[in-house]
Amino acid sequence: MNPPMNLGYYPGCALHGSSNDYEQSLRACLGALDVTLAEIDDWICCGATSAHSLNHKLAVALPARNLALAHRQGLTEVFAPCPMCSMQLLRAGQAMQSDPRLRQEISGMVEAEVHDGPCVLNLIQVFQRIGLDRLKGAVRTPLQDLKPACYYGCLLVRPPTVVEFDDAEQPQSMEAVVAALGAKPVEWSYKTECCGAGMTMAKTETVLELSGRILANAVAHGANCLVVACPMCHVNLDMKQHDAGEFLHMKFDLPVYYLSDMVGMALGLGAAELGIDRHFVVGGGN
Amino acid sequence: METTSGREPAIPELESLSQTRLAECYQCGKCTAGCPTAGHMDIPPTRLIRLLQLGDSESALHASSIWQCVSCQTCTTRCPKSVDCAAVMDALRQLASERGTASPAERRTVVFQQAFLDNIRRHGRLNEIELIAAFKGAVFLRDRSLPFLFRDAGLAPQLQKRRKLHLVGESVKDRGVVARIFARAAKGGAQ
Repeated sequence: MNPPMNLGYYPGCALHGSSNDYEQSLRACLGALDVTLAEIDDWICCGATSAHSLNHKLAVALPARNLALAHRQGLTEVFAPCPMCSMQLLRAGQAMQSDPRLRQEISGMVEAEVHDGPCVLNLIQVFQRIGLDRLKGAVRTPLQDLKPACYYGCLLVRPPTVVEFDDAEQPQSMEAVVAALGAKPVEWSYKTECCGAGMTMAKTETVLELSGRILANAVAHGANCLVVACPMCHVNLDMKQHDAGEFLHMKFDLPVYYLSDMVGMALGLGAAELGIDRHFVVGGGN
Repeated sequence: METTSGREPAIPELESLSQTRLAECYQCGKCTAGCPTAGHMDIPPTRLIRLLQLGDSESALHASSIWQCVSCQTCTTRCPKSVDCAAVMDALRQLASERGTASPAERRTVVFQQAFLDNIRRHGRLNEIELIAAFKGAVFLRDRSLPFLFRDAGLAPQLQKRRKLHLVGESVKDRGVVARIFARAAKGGAQ
């Protein structure tokens, strides 16, 4: 028997907004693996691209408040399923760790004492903690028919000095997880290319062009689905898939799964339990 | 526009905001080679850095490319001289928005980022529908484009069907502290 795992949890705005299918998926999946999530009480937005683009101080302060709240709650490990959030939390933590004066200033600004830590984890790292051998042993429905293109996007692996995770140019950690589930990940070229990120509203054409290229490359390498671990990537590749196809004069029909969907399906959970029925692209020409 | 020779006040501020020594860049071009939006840029990353090395922050602060950057961090990751190019882009955006030099062609992006922060300042967490309304409204007041105003209208029922639409968004309990953090950050520091 494995001891139950308890992780601090920073959902971020997307997972409590239109990416609530991602939260449903990871809660169902991690619940089945005896992982409990302790949400940071009264967490606030990390500021995302808007803060780091317009106000450097805010881009440190907003994540810092969450780090301080997590510490106050006694959380030593915080799972942040959105790579934007996890990168911002890590970056703010590192900036203050190397600069005690900044830490003091920010603690005053956010009205909560910022300490070193907590350790911030992305979704792949949570599965690594659980252990791939354990995942393998828990598989009830091997995903042998799936040939996923594992898509990391930007912030799971970049910048490497901040996120310190996997290889920034040729990551393999997601492939290792899906292979443990019996799936056959494809080799492809666009796993760390940008999908256009938070530009979905402001610069839609940029998103359609970049996401379209990613979808086209996945199809060209024989993938029959995409796997992501980021809410924004999912929006751009799933919700915008039809438009991206039109933009490139192509037609795509590629289901986009969260990594937690893949694990959940292999554990025998249904599409409705994981929220897969709420995605835009269902596959099979529908 | 007067061109300044040598260093001007904006350059040290950009270096301090981005924590980067611009002189380190030896113009290899790796940042531009890996940039996913360089093909659309008026002044790509390598040349932006060169302009700053030469003291011409004015051209850089007016460039539309700084708003075409998608913050993917590829430039920073691949720089052989550890120049944090993505952070320089952030610093340029911050100064351009503070000084009102943002390229008119990219005004929508600036409006979006400002609407996003305003939304967070008031609620502590993002309220998507309110953000979309504020963003679309502000853009419409500016360019009167009806197609842009309604281009995503068809998405609402699609999102509703998938239980992804929240008419009333979340707010944090302690909204006061969020407002105070924003006020202090606007002043550039604590107190």
